[in-house]
Amino acid sequence: MDLKEKLISSFWAFENHLDEDSYLHSIRTNAIKNFQEQGFPSKKEESWKYTSLNSLLKNDFSVFPKQENAIEYNDVKKYFIHDIDSYKIVFIDGKYSSHLSQTTHDGMDICLMSSALSKPKYRILIENYFNKIAKQESLTSLNTAFSSEGAYIHIPKNKMVAKPIQIIHFSTGNESAIMLQPRNLIVVDENSHVQIIERHQSLNDNPVLTNSVSELFINKRAIVDYYKIQNDNQNASLIDNTYIKQKQESICSVHTFSFGGKLTRNNLNFSQQGERINSTLKGITIIGDKQHVDHNTLVHHMEPNCESHQDYKGVFGENSTGVFNGKIIVDKIAQKTNAFQSNKNILVSDKATINTKPQLEIFADDVKCSHGCTIGQLDESAMFYLRSRGIPQKEAKALLMYAFSNNVLNSVKIPEIKQRITKIIANKLGVNIGFDL
Amino acid sequence: MSKYTEDDLREELKTKEYEYGFYTDIESDTFPIGLNEDIVRAISLKKEEPQWMTDWRIESFRAWEKMVEPDWANVKYVKPDFQAISYYSAPNKKPKYNSLDEVDPELLATFAKLGISLDEQKKLSGVAMDVVVDSVSVATTFKKTLAEKGIIFCSISEAIKEHPELVKKYIGTVVPQKDNFYAALNSAVFSDGSFCYVPKGVKCPMELSTYFRINQAGTGQFERTLVIADKGSYVSYLEGCTAPSRDENQLHAAVVELIALDDAEIKYSTVQNWYPGNSEGKGGVYNFVTKRGLCEKNAKISWTQVETGSAVTWKYPSCVLKGDNSVGEFYSIAVTNNHQQADTGTKMVHLGKNTRSTIISKGISAGKSQNSYRGLVQVHARAKNARNFSQCDSLLMGNDCGAHTFPYIEAKNKTARIEHEATTSKIGEDQIFYCNQRGIDTEKAIALIVNGFSKEVLNKLPMEFAVEAQKLLEISLEGSVG
Repeated sequence: MDLKEKLISSFWAFENHLDEDSYLHSIRTNAIKNFQEQGFPSKKEESWKYTSLNSLLKNDFSVFPKQENAIEYNDVKKYFIHDIDSYKIVFIDGKYSSHLSQTTHDGMDICLMSSALSKPKYRILIENYFNKIAKQESLTSLNTAFSSEGAYIHIPKNKMVAKPIQIIHFSTGNESAIMLQPRNLIVVDENSHVQIIERHQSLNDNPVLTNSVSELFINKRAIVDYYKIQNDNQNASLIDNTYIKQKQESICSVHTFSFGGKLTRNNLNFSQQGERINSTLKGITIIGDKQHVDHNTLVHHMEPNCESHQDYKGVFGENSTGVFNGKIIVDKIAQKTNAFQSNKNILVSDKATINTKPQLEIFADDVKCSHGCTIGQLDESAMFYLRSRGIPQKEAKALLMYAFSNNVLNSVKIPEIKQRITKIIANKLGVNIGFDL
Repeated sequence: MSKYTEDDLREELKTKEYEYGFYTDIESDTFPIGLNEDIVRAISLKKEEPQWMTDWRIESFRAWEKMVEPDWANVKYVKPDFQAISYYSAPNKKPKYNSLDEVDPELLATFAKLGISLDEQKKLSGVAMDVVVDSVSVATTFKKTLAEKGIIFCSISEAIKEHPELVKKYIGTVVPQKDNFYAALNSAVFSDGSFCYVPKGVKCPMELSTYFRINQAGTGQFERTLVIADKGSYVSYLEGCTAPSRDENQLHAAVVELIALDDAEIKYSTVQNWYPGNSEGKGGVYNFVTKRGLCEKNAKISWTQVETGSAVTWKYPSCVLKGDNSVGEFYSIAVTNNHQQADTGTKMVHLGKNTRSTIISKGISAGKSQNSYRGLVQVHARAKNARNFSQCDSLLMGNDCGAHTFPYIEAKNKTARIEHEATTSKIGEDQIFYCNQRGIDTEKAIALIVNGFSKEVLNKLPMEFAVEAQKLLEISLEGSVG
């Protein structure tokens, strides 16, 4: 039985067991039908042209973990941004771990999707927001069908959330192979401000496939900073689908740091539904070995006077493959749009591949849209300069690569994250230097 | 004096009818409509082709039958009914002429209207003309001069008869019969086209030129062009098209193959002005063309195109940079107006070491048109030190048109250096203000800006052609190009 059939048959078992009311039931059933029709995406589809899931799907993933697993905080402390106070929503093998988490209902809701889906007091919000902007595309539908757990965050009007929120998914590897489908819903009301850090981490070498869907609703003048740290081990794969809807004058930035994992696919979708919106999409990708990272971004400008800014940097070593597929759509009505997209890559190995496809679709005339992409090497004269000052080759190379990706880090607003990422980069490049020279 | 604004220009663009729309009635020898193996055989027979060519056509036809019309391009149109097209049409009076006096006067008048009178061309520009009217060459000039140098420049049907070894060796090597739907169709039914062979070390002393013209209602034009530049040679080839006003959609599916052997250089320039349809988007030519060049060691192929016509354009002149140190260039201006749709661009496939490519694409969209750039830059693992620079700029005039960019960049070698940039803008009010301030009226200012926008590409056209290109830009963007 292949994975698709397995998923579909376990869906029905799961759905009967849940016995939910008809509202969610019909969403889930439609979603599984959708998935059944479309199946897993293949390379024949334009947006999956450079990324194949075939080898991944051969694993016999278990869909539901059989037992509750517990882990000690000290064992996993390093995966948290632990030097700052924060709210934490932690999942172990897809199940909520209350002793690692720190949630709140005090003036805002930072809690669980499972309780939001089942408790009547969240009913209106769920009906207003759940599955409203997620696309009807196959993997997202699959997630919708299985959506039961994840983070639920609702920040009401005029609220400045003092601490960042960390959402961490651990997989223990107690199962030989596991598929996780977390579902997050984040609603930020007018004038509020929140910072979110998301991470997926497996604790041993058993294969993990995470098919995550997050929906973010950012209302008027709200500010959201979202950081995705992807530094999982070599057998973990992640398909991240993030859908963001922004209302007027809101500001949202998403930073994606991809260093680990076997296959990482980031589907990041922005829909600007209001005037004077600002969206920022930035990413650093540094990978080697047989890793594959695919950034698929879409920014849809639907109203006038908005801005979007994309900046993705990539360094590809050994047998790695990097894909960037960025699309900007500017509707006819969206005059005075200012959209910028940049994708710069360095290939450090002869066996590495980079495929990039930046696209513009523009229907309005009074706009400033540009994109640029480059593929190149480190500057030899810069290298010479550093070496002539006594810096060894490896360190000099690392310094230059750090400098190359530095402007992405510049816009990170939490200094601890910046430090953490800097450390990861140093690790990844095999040097022991701090870059804050 | 009332002020001339961008709106006026748009208005003019909307109402501007196709100037070269006329129809000359030359008695034609036309096949019944429809396509089957018999028709393919009949075309081959009609052209007195050898058996191998007939077989080649049949093979292509059988492949074509199994293929599906592609629909990935960013264009919308009513798919042509391939069984409603007549696949062969030749002007009736077939004998070759020794002088212009013998040419059908009606035909000469046609050329006069186009402003390309043969004798004027002969005397003034030194351009040898292989005039194609509805698929068959009726006049070839300067053949003698070329013959002295050993250059073969003739129609492809003549080449099949007289130089079968060359045609057999090279045809289908760059664009295989089964390459794509339209290439297969063309391989099966191509009626005529040009053939050019420049021998080793010869620099072709003049620009070679062909004017294509669709001239018979309901006749699809399937041109086949094969240009071979032998080692160390140089040739510059010009192609230009104008077509008469027609209500019915006409299909144009040409194949152009360029082969540049070691150290050779081919410069291929196109001015394309097929009938774009009237201001409601009715009628107009479908232009589905496969153009590709192959570069051996140190060779260079340069494509320059000015696209102003056609209702639907689907065209990607490409370079396969097979030899080390070879160079590919692509310079393009695509102007779309009214309901025109263009999906055009290039492919640069870097296979050899130290290969270089440059892509400059300028898109101007006005009216309700859609203009897309679609390009591929591919650096294979063996292609050390490959270098590419791409620039795609779009200029939007009016709020009903669209500009799209779909670049594909694939690099498999760490020494590759690839740069791509694209911008989309409109004519800035500040730019016009700047000109106005210096006493340049708005009309002239727009002209200056559009001209400046396309200058990089216009400069690449050969002298003889630049004039024509300017003329065609004028028709599409009347009142703006001074």
